[in-house]
Amino acid sequence: MSFFAEPIANLIQEFSKLPGIGPKSAQRLVYYLLRNSNEEAKALAEAILELKEKIRLCSICFNITDCDPCVICQDKERDHSKICVVEKPSDVLPLERTGKYQGMYHVLHGAINPSQGIVPEQLRINELLSRLQDGSVSEVILATNPNMEGETTALYLYRILEPLGIHITRLARGLPFGGELEYADDVTLAQALESRREF
Amino acid sequence: MTSPHTYQAQAIVIKQTKIGEADKVVTLYTLEFGKLKAVAKGACRPGSKLGGNVEPPNYCLVMLAKGRNLDIITQSQTMDGFLKVKGDLWCISCSSYILELVDAFTTEGSPNQPLFELLLDALKNLSLSNGDETVLRYFELHLLQHLGYRPQLRRCVVCNSPLKPGVNFFSPGQGGALCSGCNHGEFTSHPISIDALKVLRLWQDCDYHTVSRVKMSSKLSSELRLLMQEYITYLLQREVKSMAWLEKLKTGFGVGSDCGVN
Repeated sequence: MSFFAEPIANLIQEFSKLPGIGPKSAQRLVYYLLRNSNEEAKALAEAILELKEKIRLCSICFNITDCDPCVICQDKERDHSKICVVEKPSDVLPLERTGKYQGMYHVLHGAINPSQGIVPEQLRINELLSRLQDGSVSEVILATNPNMEGETTALYLYRILEPLGIHITRLARGLPFGGELEYADDVTLAQALESRREF
Repeated sequence: MTSPHTYQAQAIVIKQTKIGEADKVVTLYTLEFGKLKAVAKGACRPGSKLGGNVEPPNYCLVMLAKGRNLDIITQSQTMDGFLKVKGDLWCISCSSYILELVDAFTTEGSPNQPLFELLLDALKNLSLSNGDETVLRYFELHLLQHLGYRPQLRRCVVCNSPLKPGVNFFSPGQGGALCSGCNHGEFTSHPISIDALKVLRLWQDCDYHTVSRVKMSSKLSSELRLLMQEYITYLLQREVKSMAWLEKLKTGFGVGSDCGVN
């Protein structure tokens, strides 16, 4: 038997499905909403509905967007000859925040992970190849994560993009700002040494 | 006497899964405790002291603290990062296959020192041989041996008579070779050539250094690959996912070939 009224129990159950929200947190959220005005509850419900109705994937770069093509792909000021390949939509934001990159993006929506059965066909790799067919792109920047899956994806992309004669680069590896040399792992340190540059 | 709060282990990182904001659950195969799962807190952050050290397939020395559910990795020092393996698509995929096999065949809390040494040697040999497939076959055969699935290849598993040159069969279900007289159309058994039998016997009894000097035709190599694949699939009762990826890499690129890139 549930101790809660049915609408409360339902909402607690729905909130509990969210990442990082347990039953206790879900209860707190529900009681918070109960105390709030009807308008605020409506605004929250509408925002959730709007999110699901309006958000879709950009047909060019496959980033999540509310307009197709997305703002970045529509921007004429940006450099359309450069494509930065990232694993997931949330990787675009930190790159944009740097303010150093003015090119285009391509979101793969995952990384090759053979042991989990994630293979290139499940990623947006064919779409990337289609974007490169017209010859307008001069550089592809591989910005996959520096882990086993990201490395596999980058090495695979390099293999299939190399014959197209496009300049392929990847993000530099090295020591993080604020880190200490003493605690750096061998792989990072070796790559930092390899990619050292003139002062 | 209570057990110490922290302990050390020599470990090979098998896999990792992200949990929460920046933590990872790392599956390790350790020399001292066998397979174990532990949490690497903050490992996803770029400045993390753990992040790069707990990447598969690193061989590292880890310090762990007892946790309520999972133990926590407090320190990690990489002994071998297998840089050469990580820099090559074929080698990194082979290492992924090896790690998947270890993960699939082992359970937590059963230490197996020869298996740990075999895994470490396989990763080293993969790096030294630039991804020779013999490393995989040798690893598969000896992994099964260390886990109690050593196939019987000298005598017929049914009648125990020595196998004669000619047509013999390999039965994953019976765990070894069958003579022509004992193969009664068992659906899992397949013909095995005498050369394949000889090579497998050699692999069973010799070290990798000796095995690596044996030159094989592509036909024999492919027969051995299929045979081991079937045996492993039978034992696990499922396909090893990384195997399909290795096959794809060998035969060409699925995506690339669709788009005219080979």
